[in-house]
Amino acid sequence: MLIDCAISAQNLDLTFQTNDGPVHALRDVSLDIKKGDFVSFIGPSGCGKTTFLRCMADLEQPTGGSITVNGVSPEAARKARAYGYVFQAAGLYPWRTIGGNISLPLEIMGYSKADQAERVRRVLELVELAGFEKKYPWQLSGGMQQRASIARALAFDADILLMDEPFGALDEIVRDHLNEQLLHLWARTEKTIAFVTHSIPEAVYLSTKIVVMSPRPGRITDVIDSPLPKERPLDIRETPEFLEVAHRVREGLRAGHADD
Amino acid sequence: MRSVVPVLTVVGAIFVLWYLAAIWLNAPWAYDKAGRAGVTLSASELVADTWAQEKPKLPAPHQVVTEIWNTTVEKKITSKRSLIYHSWITLSATLLGFALGTGLGILLAVGIVYNRVMDRSVMPWVITSQTIPILALAPMIIVVLNAVGISGLLPKAMISMYLSFFPVVVGMVKGLRSPEVMQLDQMRTWNASSSQTFWRLRLPASMPFLFASLKVGVAASLVGAIVGELPTGAVAGLGARLLAGSYYGQTIQIWSALIMAAALAALLVAVIGVIQRATLKRMGMA
Ligand SMILES: Nc1ncnc2c1ncn2[C@@H]1O[C@H](COP(=O)(O)OP(=O)(O)O)[C@@H](O)[C@H]1O
Ligand SMILES: [Mg+2]
Repeated sequence: MLIDCAISAQNLDLTFQTNDGPVHALRDVSLDIKKGDFVSFIGPSGCGKTTFLRCMADLEQPTGGSITVNGVSPEAARKARAYGYVFQAAGLYPWRTIGGNISLPLEIMGYSKADQAERVRRVLELVELAGFEKKYPWQLSGGMQQRASIARALAFDADILLMDEPFGALDEIVRDHLNEQLLHLWARTEKTIAFVTHSIPEAVYLSTKIVVMSPRPGRITDVIDSPLPKERPLDIRETPEFLEVAHRVREGLRAGHADD
Repeated sequence: MRSVVPVLTVVGAIFVLWYLAAIWLNAPWAYDKAGRAGVTLSASELVADTWAQEKPKLPAPHQVVTEIWNTTVEKKITSKRSLIYHSWITLSATLLGFALGTGLGILLAVGIVYNRVMDRSVMPWVITSQTIPILALAPMIIVVLNAVGISGLLPKAMISMYLSFFPVVVGMVKGLRSPEVMQLDQMRTWNASSSQTFWRLRLPASMPFLFASLKVGVAASLVGAIVGELPTGAVAGLGARLLAGSYYGQTIQIWSALIMAAALAALLVAVIGVIQRATLKRMGMA
């Protein structure tokens, strides 16, 4: 285990015991994520992407193998508030304003009122929602709500961001815009991001490392280190390098399916 | 405003039916009187008589309205014959019982949601408690409490509480459990304590459920307070008016007490509705 590893998984296994028998959500998963990496997890439904992310977040307990987050157990990392988790649904509280929603984790973690206000202002600016602090969630579009939920995960200084299909429910135009914003944000904050997605272009556009997974049992079939530069305008998606990486991801996904 | 016309139509239809039913039900007594006096009744005389009897089987609406007017506006509030006085007696027991029932309901709901043993054991008893007819139970509660020296307001309030805690328990359990698994997981990622999760997530999420329950609960409380006045032969309260009315065949008095009780229930539900709207609006939920 390297010291500059944000997340390190060794031979991780997770089997759910269900009424229809055991489900092997993860089988022999090993992966090192370096600090500052942007890692995408891609694969068909049910290949264990969410489960893997939840293991990092200490929301699921692996049944075998080992995993560390920032060099410690996921539980210790969770208690140290080492990561922010963005769920697929924004999950904002309807009875709190956008500002109130973002300060919720800050209240829980015991930040002072003044510090809370300052942080809310800062992260709202970061996700380009300045001026929406006093609005209620229902007054915002789906994309803006999701940005607010990212702001909430950024408000306390976790250096890891775990994101489970955060833009899955949004249309493509909004999604492109948010992807661009997310890259800027990542460049400015130097966080480590683990990002689950269904979309090949999204994975290739965003990541420094792409992890291809396949189901039954959930496992990693390919890990691709992206040759793309850190600076990525949206039209990088038309370059040969981009298409080559996308092709390799597609091949990986197809290979995972072939032995069904 | 558009809803006024249908409402008025329904009210009008009810009044027409009520007047017709009064003629039909009170006619035998009118014929009886006429027969004994040896006179025959014309149709208009019959109608006039059925709508103006002293102890009709079914009093006409205007008789009830007159009685309510006489016993509210025309009487001093402190008078034993004032319907306002009797309403207040019942209302005070209702409110006390409702407050106790709401408190008990919320406490039980919190216990059920947070304690596995209570979850398994309490709910069946809560449901069983509501299957016992309150009319059978009320005299026992009153007698037992009287035996230990408690009388007056509290026994009635206990019966109100008994009826009103039930919808509150059911609604609050549902409300406290309404946050999604995702929201609870999210709390866990922030390493929130149970009490932080309760005050910041579960409790606010339960508010719409609580208010729905409170509306049912307050109406049940009023029924409880009235029922609580029946077995003791209480001298005051809407229940006592109902009882006294039925002893002496004072149907007009019974009906005016009934209408007063209905109006009181409507008022209480409306007040909760107003509080609900104000609260949820302040919470940004309405
Ligand atoms: N709590 C659970 N209980 C039982 N089975 C589960 C549970 N969570 C996930 N699974 C199963 O584990 C497998 C992987 O699920 P998941 O990690 O959600 O996949 P993905 O996010 O890649 O679509 C699926 O077959 C799913 O049905
Ligand atoms: Mg998933």
